[in-house]
Amino acid sequence: MIIEKLFNKWILFLLIIIPIFGLIFEEPYYITLTTKVIILAIAGIGLNLALGYCGLISFGHAAFFGTGGYVTGILSFHALNEELLFSWPIDIFGSSEMLIIWPVAILVCAFLSLIIGFLSLRTSGVYFIMITLAFAQMLYFFSISWPTYGGEDGLSIYVRNSFPMVNTMDPFTFYFICLVWLMITLFISFKLINSAFGMAFQAIKQNEERVKSVGIETYKVKLIVFVISGTMAGLAGSLYTDLNRFVSPSVLDWHTSGEIMIFVILGGMARLYGPIVGAAFFIILEQTLGTYTENWQFWLGLILILEILYARSGILGLFDKKKNNEK
Amino acid sequence: MTNILFIEQLLNGIQFGTMLFLMSAGLTLIFGVMGLINLAHGSFYMIGAFCAALVAGLTGSFWLALGASLCGAAIAGVLIEILIIRRLYRRDHLDQVLATFALILLLSEGVRWYFGAFPLYLSIPESLNGTIPIFEEIIYSKYRLFIILMGFLIAIGLYILITKTRLGIRIRAGQNDREMISALGVDISKLYTVVFALGASLAGLSGALIGAIQSVEVGMGEPILILAFVVIVIGGIGSIKGAFIGSILVGVTDTLGRVFLPDLLKIFIEPSYATSIGSSIGSMLIYILMALILIIKPSGLFGKS
Repeated sequence: MIIEKLFNKWILFLLIIIPIFGLIFEEPYYITLTTKVIILAIAGIGLNLALGYCGLISFGHAAFFGTGGYVTGILSFHALNEELLFSWPIDIFGSSEMLIIWPVAILVCAFLSLIIGFLSLRTSGVYFIMITLAFAQMLYFFSISWPTYGGEDGLSIYVRNSFPMVNTMDPFTFYFICLVWLMITLFISFKLINSAFGMAFQAIKQNEERVKSVGIETYKVKLIVFVISGTMAGLAGSLYTDLNRFVSPSVLDWHTSGEIMIFVILGGMARLYGPIVGAAFFIILEQTLGTYTENWQFWLGLILILEILYARSGILGLFDKKKNNEK
Repeated sequence: MTNILFIEQLLNGIQFGTMLFLMSAGLTLIFGVMGLINLAHGSFYMIGAFCAALVAGLTGSFWLALGASLCGAAIAGVLIEILIIRRLYRRDHLDQVLATFALILLLSEGVRWYFGAFPLYLSIPESLNGTIPIFEEIIYSKYRLFIILMGFLIAIGLYILITKTRLGIRIRAGQNDREMISALGVDISKLYTVVFALGASLAGLSGALIGAIQSVEVGMGEPILILAFVVIVIGGIGSIKGAFIGSILVGVTDTLGRVFLPDLLKIFIEPSYATSIGSSIGSMLIYILMALILIIKPSGLFGKS
């Protein structure tokens, strides 16, 4: 446990020190890379709440990640073209202000995860996995066949959305904004997990029947966790669009759902810092193996299979022998 | 005119449905008997198609290619079951999802490595080329009709296999109570391997059959895999009958929706909007169908709750 905590501090330290080095040695690429890790980690932290702590195996978080991304893309697309987003019942304009885009993305994703959660949570087990997957695919096909926002080709937004007083086009500034969001989501997760509500949803993972028998409405608890989880993924999607200044249907693809799940699993489920470690490991793998071979995903697949068969509790679990033996 | 188009599209829908059935039958069987969610099922579809394209390229015979798709996918199925899948039966669903997702990465990249990124082509044999009159004015592609017939024959074959043969009795017993039949002396791990290989070979065959209409490429199994999931969720997981009815339902709804919805909407709204809205909703139709069925019956049409 102590080693794990030390390791967590190191990870945070690295997330801060690498971009600073990038700034000093004028290597913006490393700043961007760290930003990517942070954004993906936010999505992972979201999924970790549902998957790791509450045991809801959602294979459709790309739906929220992608929707957050598209909301951002569409709003700034309309702001750029100075077109109305809706003309009915009132005129609504697009926006390129992050302070407007974030709340909209958060609200839309919360609403979406409420609907998807409401329907999917009626089922459990395998049905739940497949239904969340199917809903995400539905949005994926919708985004491909809807021509207004680029369809299959995706949507470019050219200029990163703006934040008052600062220049977001500067990689370090944008990195810092994302870092603040990471801290906020980490803090919310930490508070949630240690609250009474958190005890309830963690108990559901262990034994739902018993939680029901003490009078807790498990359906409601699961729905709330699912909504919070989906919303965090949506926020990450919004930041991701701003990072790339581009959004395409691939953010809604089921490979994205799988990858977010991989961040959680690689790092270690139900560990606060797990998704950060997982996302960092994933990006490092992509960067190092990717330079040697085009088929780096082959090796990713191999590593994953070996991990699932032999090292079930993730990278952070390696430091924690006691928990490791439980499985 | 519209009637002819309608019947033609209906047949296309049924043809698509029978291929979905070949995929979902294996998927639902594997889940029913072993309790395994196999995301990598689409990879066997791809492997089957690539084996067929390889053999067709070497020998020039479509029929040998079909045989190769069956055998190739079955062999791959046996190998993968013994090496990896076997260790997952006792694990929870999350491990199964992840391991089989990883398997997709492994197999897709492996095939891309070996065959390259360009799609291969598999041609329809001379005897099945062209069209055939069905009745009066309706003419239909011979090859697609052949696919429909193959699909129905295999469905009947599976029905006989499950209800009338010794293997079928064991499979059904395995669905009911795994521990009991292994206590009764059935070699359960051999049974699992056989069921897995059966599912894989059916997927491989459908890959080869579809590969001749479309192209044979990496990742071809993924869209159809997800549709097969929709099918078995609609039909009820573990039920072959549900898989059959679900497949036809999904195949027909998807095909007809994509073709006729834009036209249907033109009656109500501006044509330029109708086309884009119609095609978008058409592509979402089966998922809406699935959501509706789940609201009424959360465990699918023929599933055990």
